Amino acid sequence: MNWAFIAKYLPVYEEAAWLTVKTGTAGILLSVIIGIICAAVLYYRVPILRCLVSAYVEISRNTPLLVQLFFIYYGIPKVTGIKTDAFVCGIAGLAFLGGSYMCETFRSGIEAVEPIQEESAKALGLNRFQIMRYVLLPQAFSISFPGVVANVIFLMKETSVFSAISLMDLMFTAKDLIGVFYKTKESLFLLVVFYLIILLPISLLGSFLERRLRHG
Amino acid sequence: MADFDLASIGLDVLFKGKNFARLMGGLGVALKISLLAVAVSIPSGILLGMLMTWENKVLRFLLRAYLEFIRIMPQLVLLFIVFFGSTKIMKLHVSGEMASIIVFSLWGTAEMADLVRGALASIPKHQYESAAALGLTRTQTFIHVILPQTVRRLLPISINLITRMVKTTSLVLMIGVVEVLKVAQQIIEANRATSPNAAFGLYLVIFILYFLACWPISLLAKYLERKWKV
Repeated sequence: MNWAFIAKYLPVYEEAAWLTVKTGTAGILLSVIIGIICAAVLYYRVPILRCLVSAYVEISRNTPLLVQLFFIYYGIPKVTGIKTDAFVCGIAGLAFLGGSYMCETFRSGIEAVEPIQEESAKALGLNRFQIMRYVLLPQAFSISFPGVVANVIFLMKETSVFSAISLMDLMFTAKDLIGVFYKTKESLFLLVVFYLIILLPISLLGSFLERRLRHG
Repeated sequence: MADFDLASIGLDVLFKGKNFARLMGGLGVALKISLLAVAVSIPSGILLGMLMTWENKVLRFLLRAYLEFIRIMPQLVLLFIVFFGSTKIMKLHVSGEMASIIVFSLWGTAEMADLVRGALASIPKHQYESAAALGLTRTQTFIHVILPQTVRRLLPISINLITRMVKTTSLVLMIGVVEVLKVAQQIIEANRATSPNAAFGLYLVIFILYFLACWPISLLAKYLERKWKV
């Protein structure tokens, strides 16, 4: 192992890791928002919208992110004529994929809240929005928490395909260094270390919070 | 007029020469890799998952470390490690396709083992106790009591794992395997002058093809899940 090489290229990886974290976080936050909205639409059985949401969930869950990204980044601009930035496309693709996963997780969480909760809230005179915001979602969130953490880890991992639309993330950097300097061992070592730095804390925090929530 | 419409969304290339057949051939390569990996993963995952319920602490720790590492790393990183690493570190030449089969088998085994472990752990203790009270031996308990219940819990989620594996094989493009996306890139490149919009049509077709490959499997999983709801 060539430690001098590792020390020299550590900052490059660090920058790439920030890109992974930034795009991942933005995509995940959007996924949560899309997920909550879609879950609410499905729960209230909003006509028409409900069909659209179901179709979206099936399409997004049954196609690979790489194919979604290729279509968004290389395909759509051919017809619309508007070239979108790779960074924006990456986040949009991740949100498109993650939205359906979050939707399924929240939906099963909301459905697991006992019906008496909603009935009591109605009896107290809360309106539909208030019931969702103050009664259903807080309880649904703690029920679906393990699922949400699993989705967060899954989506963070999925960001690794962003290199395919030439975002300079960790994968891109590793491939670049392997190609240019032929320092395979060092490049792969740094790649694994940086992904562990990003993913291990989420995984550990998730299992810690899960235990706390179960007590609560 | 119809021709014009097809060209404007880049679908005309699909019907030129053997392009559609080539695309399907590419999809075949991706599906072949995933099905081979599924065939390896399911039996070995069941075996590993059963080993994980053993009492031996050292064995459990080693298995756990292996499973957690494989499950936490992005599959693309694993592909890079096997594909680039094997040449450099072990001085072996592993083809992209071989590397993919190895990686997806390892990953699928880890995921399957985790599902099996979870399903076995979810069987309540009183099932074992009642079986013992009825005078069943350990083998009988496993075959007649534990196994039928585990299979019901396991089957829907393992079918879901298959769709995940099919979707993940699209990554093999990144280590140079000529699969459906790569074929599309070649077709787009070759027809750049005559049909500049080919990227839209071809990637849309691949999108639909993947959906058609995965959706029926997902529906089956959902159906079984509902039917056997515990």
